[in-house]
Amino acid sequence: MGLKQNLHNLKEKYKGTKMAPAFNAIHTFLYLPNETTHNGTHIKAADDLKRTMNIVIMALVPCLIFGMFNAGYQHHVATGEAERAMSFFSGNFWNLDNLWIGIVKILPLVIVSYVVGLAVEFIFAVIKGHEVEEGYLVTGMLVPLIVPVDLPLWMLAVAVVFGVVIGKEVFGGTGMNILNPALTIRAFLFFAYPTWMSGDKVWVQGAVESIGKADAISGETILGSLAQSQPLSYSVSDMFFGFIPGSVGETSTFLILLGALFLIFTKIGSWRIMLSSVIGALVMGFIFNQVVDFGWIGETSKFYGLMSLDFWKHLLIGGFAFGAVYMATDPVSASQTNKGKWIYGFLIGFVSIMIRVFNPAYPEGVMLAILLMNVFAPTIDHYVVQGNVKRRLKRAKVKTA
Amino acid sequence: MGLLSKKDAALITDPLADNNPITIQVLGICSALAITAELKASIVMAISVMAVLAIGNVVISLMRNIIPSKIRIIVQLIVVAALVIIVDLVLKAFAYELSKTLSVFVGLIITNCIIMGRFEAFALGNGPWRSFLDGIGNAAGYGLILIAVGFFRELLGSGTLLGFKVLGDPIEKTGLYALGYENNGFMLLSPMALIVVGIIIWVQRSRNKALIED
Repeated sequence: MGLKQNLHNLKEKYKGTKMAPAFNAIHTFLYLPNETTHNGTHIKAADDLKRTMNIVIMALVPCLIFGMFNAGYQHHVATGEAERAMSFFSGNFWNLDNLWIGIVKILPLVIVSYVVGLAVEFIFAVIKGHEVEEGYLVTGMLVPLIVPVDLPLWMLAVAVVFGVVIGKEVFGGTGMNILNPALTIRAFLFFAYPTWMSGDKVWVQGAVESIGKADAISGETILGSLAQSQPLSYSVSDMFFGFIPGSVGETSTFLILLGALFLIFTKIGSWRIMLSSVIGALVMGFIFNQVVDFGWIGETSKFYGLMSLDFWKHLLIGGFAFGAVYMATDPVSASQTNKGKWIYGFLIGFVSIMIRVFNPAYPEGVMLAILLMNVFAPTIDHYVVQGNVKRRLKRAKVKTA
Repeated sequence: MGLLSKKDAALITDPLADNNPITIQVLGICSALAITAELKASIVMAISVMAVLAIGNVVISLMRNIIPSKIRIIVQLIVVAALVIIVDLVLKAFAYELSKTLSVFVGLIITNCIIMGRFEAFALGNGPWRSFLDGIGNAAGYGLILIAVGFFRELLGSGTLLGFKVLGDPIEKTGLYALGYENNGFMLLSPMALIVVGIIIWVQRSRNKALIED
C-alpha cells in the first residue's frame, strides 16, 4: 500500500473528528482525493479553484523575483554603491548582491504572510467544521508584493490576522468576502502604522535604520515627490521597467503587463476590468491635464505636481498597474456581470487617480479606489441585472400586445 | 440581590447581557464610535448617560398619566434636553478639559436613541421605581460596551490606560516599545471602533446561539 492509500485510510478513520478538515487539506494538497468521479462525468472543466489560484500565482512570480532584485538595487543606488541601471538587462540591476538583499528581506515577508494566513484558515476550518479552502493562496502571495520592503514582520502578521478574519472569515470564508482580503490587509497596515507605509524612509531597504546617522539614505516614491511638487527624477523607461522605489512587486509595469497578458490568455483575469480601469485612469488624468492647460490651477497650487503629470504617466507610477491587473480583477469581490465589469473598472481607474491627486496624504489611491468599488460591486450588478430584466419585460409586452 | 425582587433585578441584569442596548438592539452606536478613543471619556460618557437616563426615566414615569399622548415626544425631548444641559454644565464646571474632549457629544446625548427608546418603551408604562432601575440597567449596559471599547482602543491605539503609560514610553523606547512594538493608529480612528463593537457582537452571539436571527 502506498502513502496515498495510507493517507486515505487515515482519512476514513478520522472522518467527522475535529481536526479532520486540517488533515484533509494536507491530503488534498498532496493527492487527488479518492472520492472524485473517475468515469462517466458529463461536465469536464480543468479550472477548479486550486488551478485558478495557481495560475494567478504563476503570473505573480516574475513580479516577486523582480521585486527581490529591485529591493537590493534601490538600496545600493541610495547608498551610492551602485550606478543607476541604464537598460533593462543592465548588470547593475541583475546581480547577486541585489538578489541577496531581496531574498533576505522579502522571503521572510512571504513566509510570514503564508504561515499566519494559512494558520487562521486552518483554525477557522476546524472551528466551523468545513474543509480548508484554497482562498488564501493568492492573497498570501499578493500581500508581500504590496507592502514596503522594510515592514516589520510582526506588523505584517497582525495585519494578516485582521485581514483574513475581518475581511473574509466573518463573511463566511472564501468566495463570500465583500472586500479583497489582500487590500484589506494593506489598508489596515496603512491606517494602523502610517509611518511604516508612507513617507520617504520605508521604500528603500535600510533607510529606517539609517535615520540620524551620517550616511542616512532615503528614497521617496515618485508619487510622494510629485505630491510635494518636486520634478520627476526618473525616465519613462525607468518607470516602465520598474527601476523605481515602491512596494515590493508593484514597480515594474512591464512585468505586470506580461502577467496581465498571461491572465487574459488563460481567461483567469477579466480583460474588461483591466481595460476599463486603464481607460478610467486616462480619462481622469486627461481631465486634470486640461485643468492645468486652461490655467485654472497655477504652479503655486499643492495639486500642481500631480495634476500636471502627463496623463499616461499615471499608469506607470505607483501601484496602479498592479492594482488594476491583480487586485481589481479578483473574481469574488469584483462585479460579476459584463456590463458591470466595465462600470466597475472604469470607476476604479477614475477614482484612484482622483484620490492620488486630491489627497497627497493618501498617495496610493488605487488601494482605496478598489476597496470602495468592491463595496459598490453588488450594487452595480444589481442595477445591471434589473436593467436587463426591465428591457426583456418590455420586449415581452410588445410581443404580446 | 435581596433588595430587589426577581423581576426588578432582571431590569438591571438583562440590558447588561442578552438585551444589551448597543450589541443587541444596536442603539446609541454613534456616540460609541465617536468618543471611545480614550477610556476616560468613555467612563464619563457612561456616567453622564446613566444620570440622564435614570433621572429622565423617573421624571417621565411620574408624569406618564398627565402627558397627552399626541405631544409626548416633545415632552420627552424637553425633559432629556434639560437634563443634558445640567450634565453639560456640571462637566464644564468640574472637568473642563474632559468636556472639551467630549465636545458636542454631551449635547448629543439628547439624540441618543437609547434614552428616547427607554422613555417610550418603558417609563411611559411603568412606575417610577421600576423606571429608575430600567434606566440604571440600560445605561449600565451601554456604559459597559463603551468602557470595553474604550479600553481596547486606548490600550492598543495610544498604549495608555486612563492616561497612564502601561506599555512603556513610545518616545524613550521603554517597555514593549524597546522590542519594536508600535501603537496601532487605526485604533484611534472611528472605523476601528465599529469593528471592535462588531467583534463584541460576534463573540456575544457565538456564545449565546439564541441571539442569532435567521
